[in-house]
Amino acid sequence: MRHIISVLLENEAGALSRVSGLFSARGFNIESLTVAQTNDPGLSRMTIVSSGTDRVIEQIVKQLNKLIDVVKVIDLTDQDHVERELMLVKVCVKKKDELEVKQLVDIFSCKIVDVSDRTYTIEIAGKTRKLNAFLNALDFAIVMEVSRTGVTGISRGRTII
Amino acid sequence: MKLNGAQILINSLQSEGVEYVFGYPGGAVLHIYDALEIQNKINHILVRHEQGATHAADGYARVSGKPGVVLVTSGPGITNAVTGIATAHMDSIPMVVISGQVPSPLIGGDAFQEVDAVGITRSCVKHNFLVKDIKDIAETVKRAFHIATTGRPGPVLIDIPKDITIAQMTAEPYPKTVDIRSYKPTVKASDRQIKKAAQLIAKSRRPILYSGGGSVIGNASKELREFTRLLNFPITQTLMGLGAYPGTDELSVGMLGMHGTYEANMAMHGSDCVVAIGARFDDRITGNLAKFCPTAKVIHIDIDPSSISKNVIADIPIVGQVGQVLSALTTELKDLKLADISKWWTQINDWRSVDSLAYKRTEGVIKPQTVIETLYEVTKGEAIVTSDVGQHQMWAAQYYKFDEPRRWINSGGLGTMGFGLPAAMGAKLADPSRDVACVTGEGSIQMMLQELSTMLQYNTPVKIVSLNNGYLGMVRQWQEFFYEKRYAMSYMDALPDFVKLAESYGHVGIQVEKEVDLKPALIEAFAQKDKTVFLDILTDPTENVFPMIPAGGGHSDMLLAGRDDMVSKNETDFTAV
Ligand SMILES: Cc1cc2nc3c(=O)[nH]c(=O)nc-3n(C[C@H](O)[C@H](O)[C@H](O)COP(=O)(O)OP(=O)(O)OC[C@H]3O[C@@H](n4cnc5c(N)ncnc54)[C@H](O)[C@@H]3O)c2cc1C
Ligand SMILES: Cc1ncc(C[n+]2csc(CCOP(=O)(O)OP(=O)(O)O)c2C)c(N)n1
Ligand SMILES: [Mg+2]
Repeated sequence: MRHIISVLLENEAGALSRVSGLFSARGFNIESLTVAQTNDPGLSRMTIVSSGTDRVIEQIVKQLNKLIDVVKVIDLTDQDHVERELMLVKVCVKKKDELEVKQLVDIFSCKIVDVSDRTYTIEIAGKTRKLNAFLNALDFAIVMEVSRTGVTGISRGRTII
Repeated sequence: MKLNGAQILINSLQSEGVEYVFGYPGGAVLHIYDALEIQNKINHILVRHEQGATHAADGYARVSGKPGVVLVTSGPGITNAVTGIATAHMDSIPMVVISGQVPSPLIGGDAFQEVDAVGITRSCVKHNFLVKDIKDIAETVKRAFHIATTGRPGPVLIDIPKDITIAQMTAEPYPKTVDIRSYKPTVKASDRQIKKAAQLIAKSRRPILYSGGGSVIGNASKELREFTRLLNFPITQTLMGLGAYPGTDELSVGMLGMHGTYEANMAMHGSDCVVAIGARFDDRITGNLAKFCPTAKVIHIDIDPSSISKNVIADIPIVGQVGQVLSALTTELKDLKLADISKWWTQINDWRSVDSLAYKRTEGVIKPQTVIETLYEVTKGEAIVTSDVGQHQMWAAQYYKFDEPRRWINSGGLGTMGFGLPAAMGAKLADPSRDVACVTGEGSIQMMLQELSTMLQYNTPVKIVSLNNGYLGMVRQWQEFFYEKRYAMSYMDALPDFVKLAESYGHVGIQVEKEVDLKPALIEAFAQKDKTVFLDILTDPTENVFPMIPAGGGHSDMLLAGRDDMVSKNETDFTAV
């Protein structure tokens, strides 16, 4: 099953490689990994999407906790949470398809953030599934490139990491 | 007063009470060596190879319980040390390794003798640091010792660029306390889990205690003995746990696992309640997981949550210090009525009578098992025994009965050939009044021979008991059993004359060819109190280690000595219980 694991860790050089090294050394899989500083500049927050059996996920959480730089780990999948991913898509659109692209952008409530001769760059945020659906819907256009951030997440309500 | 970074580093080590540093100099650490030279609290042991430094520090740590300290230069210095760091890591041994690094401005530029020490060691240390500022040195040392010695111990590396050791600042007092918000290793075991475990233990009818390295590392020998004796349960110990509970005690059924005794493995197989105490269900213990302990509930005590339910799912996990958990359990169990397990003991004694460590002596050859038995006799079971890796290691574990912890020093997790000799040197420094024997093979000893020179320089007399079977015996054994006797590269031609070799290093060498000479030679060796003696003992080249659980087997699938055909029958239908 797919899990979203949220990790609070010391904002130190090398902390990221400790996490990614752990995943490769122990053969855990990473679907996506995002990391950036939090409101506390001494701390980074990392969101990892991984999949595996419950036992594998349990080991992932335990092994992450064992890293000295890691302050806290939670499996967001276990709780009510919000998850988002941001994607930028550059498409090449024929004149006759322009309207359809604009309609799609409306339907998916995303934005065109850059336009040039024949190309549109679209920004879309949402759950991974929505982003995938959007890409599928664009099948009539030529997708030139895609850049996705990977999932980030946070729990709902008063619960914090 | 202004001090340079090197002096601050050495002062910090002094504040940590460091007695010995094992190391080897080089460009990046010259300032640190200079700082060592102008003080006299810390003794530096100049090894002959950085791997030797790490194993010696490791042996020192295993015997003393204190962290071993290593100092090496950048580049090849630290890469040579990696094997020893990994060895300590696998066996959870506290160690602090200081490596020099090229000056900060040169880092990343492929400078002379530059390697990414932090990157290279990342997966085989508990933690590592790159010091970036002279102001951080003392705090980093404090943290390193704290991390290395608490929770599940392990090696910690501090990489220090040369310019940081040269920079100067006004000295500040060494930090008294340390607080790392992301590292809180002290855990108190849950009372609820303890109560649940006590209930299960009291009701069990076929219990077995399975104790491991955690009982040694956690200094929990006393609690383990009280707990075991209160319950009157059979106890088996892993290769890493030997001695925490006395091997000569009646309740001890010996080692378990691939080369464990028949009774230990059968008891695991038949048990209804396995209490794992500071042990990590290594694959050399479990064999085929699908066949492991088919009828048992598992209670698992470990300080490291990630050890629990990693390989075998625990029914009752207890995260905590072995000593604390065992005394809490003992208190709890004093008030509970225990189930009658006399029939279980009858069954176990039945298995014992199979006498799985029996071996046949042959006229004209020295059996390796006899060597260990004689070593045991001559040292009255009181020596510290270090070991290399191979068949000799298994025989030492099987035939030397350790009654105290920190007497059996070997590389279990990584299985590092070359460990034994430098570890013996470290052990002797940690406990100079005790006899130290290094059980080795003609293969393993050649991996760290150069340390004979260090041992002369620092006068660390140990007795090297080399079981010379002319083969990489453990490899040969597997080839005999599983590769249709195709002995690929397990025979070593052109062995040196070990007697002359020992002599050329300034030690005593004795070769033993006949069994009649064995005991006198051992007696003579140990009589030479202040000499390192190399006993080159020619042993049966074809002897194999038994019992043995072949790959894919379960605990009831053992091969027994002289009974190769007697793969133990399915004995789950034991009669007594
Ligand atoms: C050639 C060869 C053959 C081998 N054959 C065998 C064999 O037949 N049988 C055998 O047993 N081994 C054998 N081994 C060794 C094997 O590979 C493992 O090293 C060993 O089984 C691990 O022992 P352990 O489970 O006690 O764990 P250790 O590696 O000693 O780990 C200790 C455990 O205790 C925990 N711990 C540490 N401190 C504390 C504390 N204070 N409180 C609570 N928990 C703590 C740790 O977190 C860890 O989980 C062999 C090795 C070699 C090289
Ligand atoms: C550094 C290293 N290389 C290879 C091995 C694989 N290995 C395990 S036991 C063994 C043979 C050891 O031979 P020897 O020291 O003569 O001991 P014996 O088995 O003959 O008693 C080998 C090669 C190892 N454990 N360590
Ligand atoms: Mg050999």
